[in-house]
Amino acid sequence: MSNSTNIKQVAPPPGYAGEGFFATKLSEVVGLARANSMWPLPFATSCCGIEYMATMAATYDIGRFGSERMSFSPRQADMLLVMGTIAKKMAPILRQVYEQMAEPKWVVAVGACASSGGVFDTYSVLQGIDKVIPVDVYVPGCPPRPEQILDGILELQEIVKNESVRRRSSEEYKDLLNSYNIK
Amino acid sequence: MSLTNEIVQQTLSQQFTPKVENFHIEHDMLAFEVKKEASFEVIQFLKENSGMNFNFLTDVCGIHYPDYAKDRQFCVVYHLHNWYDNVRIRIKVFLPADNPEVESIVPLFAGANWQERETYDFYGIVFKNHPQLKRILNMDEMKSFPMRKEFPLEDQGRTDKDDRFFGRTGPNC
Repeated sequence: MSNSTNIKQVAPPPGYAGEGFFATKLSEVVGLARANSMWPLPFATSCCGIEYMATMAATYDIGRFGSERMSFSPRQADMLLVMGTIAKKMAPILRQVYEQMAEPKWVVAVGACASSGGVFDTYSVLQGIDKVIPVDVYVPGCPPRPEQILDGILELQEIVKNESVRRRSSEEYKDLLNSYNIK
Repeated sequence: MSLTNEIVQQTLSQQFTPKVENFHIEHDMLAFEVKKEASFEVIQFLKENSGMNFNFLTDVCGIHYPDYAKDRQFCVVYHLHNWYDNVRIRIKVFLPADNPEVESIVPLFAGANWQERETYDFYGIVFKNHPQLKRILNMDEMKSFPMRKEFPLEDQGRTDKDDRFFGRTGPNC
């Protein structure tokens, strides 16, 4: 058993507390629930994927942040982590995986290649996955250390917590998907 | 008696002159040129003649020489290997720039299938009678043949680099 007293728990959302009850907005509760149980879909194509394996393992342990369960099916995932160089030939597959994910869904581009193409400024490599799918968080690095990947996931959790429950049916969101030609 | 470079050269010269030429030794390996009309029959002879016995195709690849004369700007290189006497040879077939076409050797070596597709993919060299001549490594939508010197290697969609410091000359697809 750990004797550590330095245990950080998820803070309650802003609300009104009294004897035996707590009142807050539904969107805050939904955001809290979503943010602290993200199901990641690791789309690992190269060395950033190795860093991600370390992120999953005991030392860094992504499970501490509520992402214990890797989902290798896009249907049961809500956080797509793209790690590594995406060749242009791979782009339609990445896009299909993204389209197969159920809403709400978020995307993290891990590493220089997924974010911008990295050193692979060449005819066969996609120059950043944001050319084919919308991205929420970019993690720089070549490859980024596990701490950086965790930091990116924590950033995403902030986005998720503060996302309106209506965002996915908003006009802006539809325009965003339309700009990528995603139905 | 085991097979030597001299015997290979002599046999080929007797059989095929003037369709074979420019015999020379590079790194202990016999290299020569074959006219493009004769590439199939020469390789067939090398494979099927009992004295030659070049039973293994090591490699097929392309080269682009943009500075050469118009009728020899493209080149297909075949590496053959005789496993019985451990003799290797290299064959170069030069092709014209406006119509780089050569006979496919898939009927002789099934392993040439993907190698010829790769050569087509990167150089646009057409292999006649190939069973499935389409791109193999690059995406099907690509219009350029990226290893040809006229196409820039860099992707033109890159937005985060300063073009003054990185070459970016024109569209490649």
